[in-house]
Amino acid sequence: MSQSPGTRSPRALVGGAPVATYTMRFDGRELSAQAGQSIAAVLWGAGILAWRTTRETGAPRGAFCGIGSCYDCLVTVNGRPNQRACLVPALPGDTVTTQEGTGRADLAV
Amino acid sequence: MIIGAGVVGAACAYYAGRAGLTVAVVDRGPVAGGTTGAGEGNLLVSDKGAGAELDLALWSAGLWRELAEVLPERIEYEAKGGLVVAPDETTLKALRTFADGQRAAGVHAVEVGAGELRELEPHLAPGPAGGFHYPQDSQVQPAQAAARLLAASGAEVYLGEEVTGFLLERGAVRGVRTGRRELRAPAVVNAAGTWGGRIAELAGVELPVLPRRGFVLVTEPLPRVVRHKVYAADYIADVASGSAALQSSAVVEGTPSGPVLIGATRERVGFDRSLSVEALRRLAVQAAALFPVLADVRVLRAYHGFRPYLPDHLPAIGADPRVPGLLHACGHEGAGIGLAPATGQLIAAALTCAETPLDPHPFRPDRFGPDRFGPDGSGPDGSGTAATR
Repeated sequence: MSQSPGTRSPRALVGGAPVATYTMRFDGRELSAQAGQSIAAVLWGAGILAWRTTRETGAPRGAFCGIGSCYDCLVTVNGRPNQRACLVPALPGDTVTTQEGTGRADLAV
Repeated sequence: MIIGAGVVGAACAYYAGRAGLTVAVVDRGPVAGGTTGAGEGNLLVSDKGAGAELDLALWSAGLWRELAEVLPERIEYEAKGGLVVAPDETTLKALRTFADGQRAAGVHAVEVGAGELRELEPHLAPGPAGGFHYPQDSQVQPAQAAARLLAASGAEVYLGEEVTGFLLERGAVRGVRTGRRELRAPAVVNAAGTWGGRIAELAGVELPVLPRRGFVLVTEPLPRVVRHKVYAADYIADVASGSAALQSSAVVEGTPSGPVLIGATRERVGFDRSLSVEALRRLAVQAAALFPVLADVRVLRAYHGFRPYLPDHLPAIGADPRVPGLLHACGHEGAGIGLAPATGQLIAAALTCAETPLDPHPFRPDRFGPDRFGPDGSGPDGSGTAATR
């Protein structure tokens, strides 16, 4: 997350710096992540608000509660669907993809 | 007056109303707040051996088809069919004998070879010797089905009111007392499910309904991965058993809303609502053995309920000769959703002295008694199904 002039983040107040910075991918885009950030934080930092579509109407969904309770922020991480983006930490080289519906259309018979 | 707003009470209300009676339903909780809401909504003929319960189930299956035409789509009626899987040749042979008896009673049972099993259910694990397909098996969303049936009945409904006693006149039932009022009626139907024994006790008679606990696992929503209601052949033996110990056999089915439901455990532990990790573990292991694809699927939650169990595995349906004005419609064990419409028809017929296409004698509520009940779990005249399946 880049710091725009004039705003003060909690981290800036205590003079903190990320332990590490690395990249992860979202739907083919390369995003910059800092160690300890959740996937939702990385996506929000890049201005991405929706990363899942609902099962019935295909409506967009992103983070809602942000604390792991509501399961609205589900996303596919490294091929595994239904991961809560607000809880799963972004790791170097992660590939995150928009989840359509159940994210398991490949199992349908 | 019907005590119980579960699916059986709703069906009694529906058919009594259609027979021209004015009906009221009272329940201490909400609609479908007991065993109805804790089931999977099975409408099965496949797990019942030839006998009175199967006849009731076959009649009911036809009635559910009719109800599906008039009730809202939300009841999620699905004529999906059942698939019983036999792990080995010995089990398959036993299934053949079982199916022959069922066919004579009017059940469609089609033997399926090992190869065809995977055509019907592509995710099924390889290995089973074969199985049987039962096209008449169906499913509903049980809470929705009960609620829509009750709404369609036009009955007056009193929810959150517990029946605390009966109004009696010269030994005959003339209504019930609740915490809030007296509800007068010339006939009262005990459709209190697993709690039907307590209601009978309030009226001064014994009806030995016992709770048989069952757990269900609910997976995350999936596309259709399981087409039928699929279960292992040992489920049939579990259903017929009277054992108190934990029994578990895989019963797997998809739902229109996405989650796969995994049952079924049976154990007699009273009304103990604590979670049994062992029961859940067995369900998960057995389901993954039947459908390996489920091993990688997340379970979102589990629920459990208490099947109303009578010692001979038959429900109690009809007038109680010991107390004029009292009728029973309870003790359907794990088959209450499936058997509800025919039960409602039998009760409506009993209330209006009408003829029925089925002899209600095997279901008479006074068939139990200290001296009338055999030690082998069968009814007084051997009419119990336990011995025959």
